[in-house]
Amino acid sequence: MATVLVIAEQAGGKVKKASLAAITAGQQLAKGGAMHIGVLGENPADAAASLLGYGAAKVHAAAHAGLAHYLAEPFAKVVADLAKANGATHVVLPATAQGKDVAPRIAARLGAGMASDISAVVDDKTFKRPMWAGNVVGAVEITTAVKVVTVRVSEFAAAAAGAAAGEVAKFAADPGTPKAKFIKFEEVKSARPELTEASIIVSGGRGTKSKEGYKATVEPLADLLGAAVGATRAIVDDGWVPNDWQVGQTGKVVAPQLYFALGISGAIQHVAGMKGSKTIVAINKDPDAPIFQVADYGLVADLAKAVPELMEEIKKVKG
Amino acid sequence: MKILVTVKRVMDYNVKPKVKPDGSGVVTDGVNMIVNPFDEIAVEESLKLKEKNGGEVVVLSIGTKDTTTQIRAALAMGADRGILVLADGSVDPDAAARLIKAVYEQEKPDLVVLGKQAIDDDSSQAGQLLAEYLGLPQATFASKVDVAGKTVTVTREVDGGLETISFDMPGVVTADLRLNTPRYASLPGIMKAKKKEVKEFTPAALGVDIAPKVKVLKLEEPKARQAGQKVPDVATLVGKLRNEAKAL
Ligand SMILES: Cc1cc2nc3c(=O)[nH]c(=O)nc-3n(C[C@H](O)[C@H](O)[C@H](O)COP(=O)(O)OP(=O)(O)OC[C@H]3O[C@@H](n4cnc5c(N)ncnc54)[C@H](O)[C@@H]3O)c2cc1C
Ligand SMILES: Nc1ncnc2c1ncn2[C@@H]1O[C@H](COP(=O)(O)O)[C@@H](O)[C@H]1O
Repeated sequence: MATVLVIAEQAGGKVKKASLAAITAGQQLAKGGAMHIGVLGENPADAAASLLGYGAAKVHAAAHAGLAHYLAEPFAKVVADLAKANGATHVVLPATAQGKDVAPRIAARLGAGMASDISAVVDDKTFKRPMWAGNVVGAVEITTAVKVVTVRVSEFAAAAAGAAAGEVAKFAADPGTPKAKFIKFEEVKSARPELTEASIIVSGGRGTKSKEGYKATVEPLADLLGAAVGATRAIVDDGWVPNDWQVGQTGKVVAPQLYFALGISGAIQHVAGMKGSKTIVAINKDPDAPIFQVADYGLVADLAKAVPELMEEIKKVKG
Repeated sequence: MKILVTVKRVMDYNVKPKVKPDGSGVVTDGVNMIVNPFDEIAVEESLKLKEKNGGEVVVLSIGTKDTTTQIRAALAMGADRGILVLADGSVDPDAAARLIKAVYEQEKPDLVVLGKQAIDDDSSQAGQLLAEYLGLPQATFASKVDVAGKTVTVTREVDGGLETISFDMPGVVTADLRLNTPRYASLPGIMKAKKKEVKEFTPAALGVDIAPKVKVLKLEEPKARQAGQKVPDVATLVGKLRNEAKAL
């Protein structure tokens, strides 16, 4: 029977929403067995308390000054220790930057096989996962006794909280002595919703022409709709927008209700990150752009003209 | 400084992979094979570090005999010598990490540079596994690497911004796309590469069992999105978003 340990990610005492997708995968795996949730940090008590309503047999808070800033070595050690202490058969993490960084080290410590970025749980050892930039879906079997997976957040619904039950269990964390040192974190601050949490995303590509062009088209439309902003790798590379805005195979994978692709050609590496969106709108001046093959609604037009018109029209209908 | 850099042979990223009818793999006949794009960036970074700090760049790949082509491509960019670990069939990231570890123990490099992910399996595991197996620090998804004396300082692309960490060598770095733009091999570079040494090993000779911990049972193509419609103007678009898609 499965004993599943889900590792939730927190920052400043608040659980990151991506963790709720990992909890959903954990609940599916724990059927008939038990699910535990673990949170790590300098003081993760509040974050842990907020996780009491998800049906976990236990919520563990691993507190230590050495866990104040995320680093792979101490986090991997503490998670592996927690997994061993609770006889976990599965360790589940969200496929965030942290999850991707730490999960393989946890697997190595536990002698576990690992499946990255799973999109579905088939049974307690079989998972589906996207490969080749999402052009192929593989069914994979982890053959080791202990199994580690990271969860593609856009493929699992966020778990809903019920009434809080039980209390937080304290885990005596020993982070060891890491060889890497945390120096600094430069946060990209934004008043807009986060890409992976937004219900509407407005993304721009090279067709926005310049840094100024992006600012004049993508951003006002996003602000009118209360949307998050996204970008292609091409314009991130050109330095028009921060790296954190990149959508695609090597950027963020998103699945909003509504996705606007403005001046984006539709390279497979970009499409890999947004094709799960419910409704896709593409505006591109090239009628043969591949993006039109994945768009529900395609408009062949110049952005400079179409976006101001679109904003006028939206203001009209939304009053 | 001595750098060990890994390159994986993968299908050209411009080719849309086709799954074989029995789901046992993807069609590779007649498909152009390249160096995994992230690994090309890892090679470039290794060469830059050597140019600044002196030393040697050793290229390692695990694959069939054909993989020599990808090793030679890295040698043509300027790497000094190559190592090929011969393995037929698929080697999972865990087996790859344990093979890289065995080569590490022979070569004793100061730094191992890998790509952040292979664009075929999209696992993003090998670098982290290697670091844990060797008990070394890691800096994954690197967008900037500076070396001063023994200390490596790395800027990493993470959720919500950029993080900087540092460690004293030896250690493991995995390359993200924005770390650099790989150079093209020059004609003299290509000529020289032909004479550079490429040593071959078998996993058995390295004492590594490559039986996979994760088996790929079956591949399939995902459901394609339904073809959409073109709309003639902005008013029609907004009308459809409101009334048909109920998205506005
Ligand atoms: C290993 C690897 C990983 C990658 N990962 C990613 C990733 O995660 N995300 C990603 O996005 N890319 C990724 N890429 C890059 C990808 O292959 C494409 O190069 C990139 O997505 C193209 O960006 P773009 O659509 O902005 O630019 P382009 O392909 O240049 O397209 C610009 C589009 O704008 C249109 N246009 C121009 N002017 C106008 C106008 N006035 N009005 C309307 N339309 C106009 C053009 O018709 C064109 O279709 C990756 C590549 C590799 C090799
Ligand atoms: N068969 C291989 N040969 C050489 N390098 C590899 C191999 N498999 C993985 N790697 C390296 O490990 C990185 C991450 O691979 P992966 O964990 O499969 O996504 C790649 O970018 C390569 O640098």
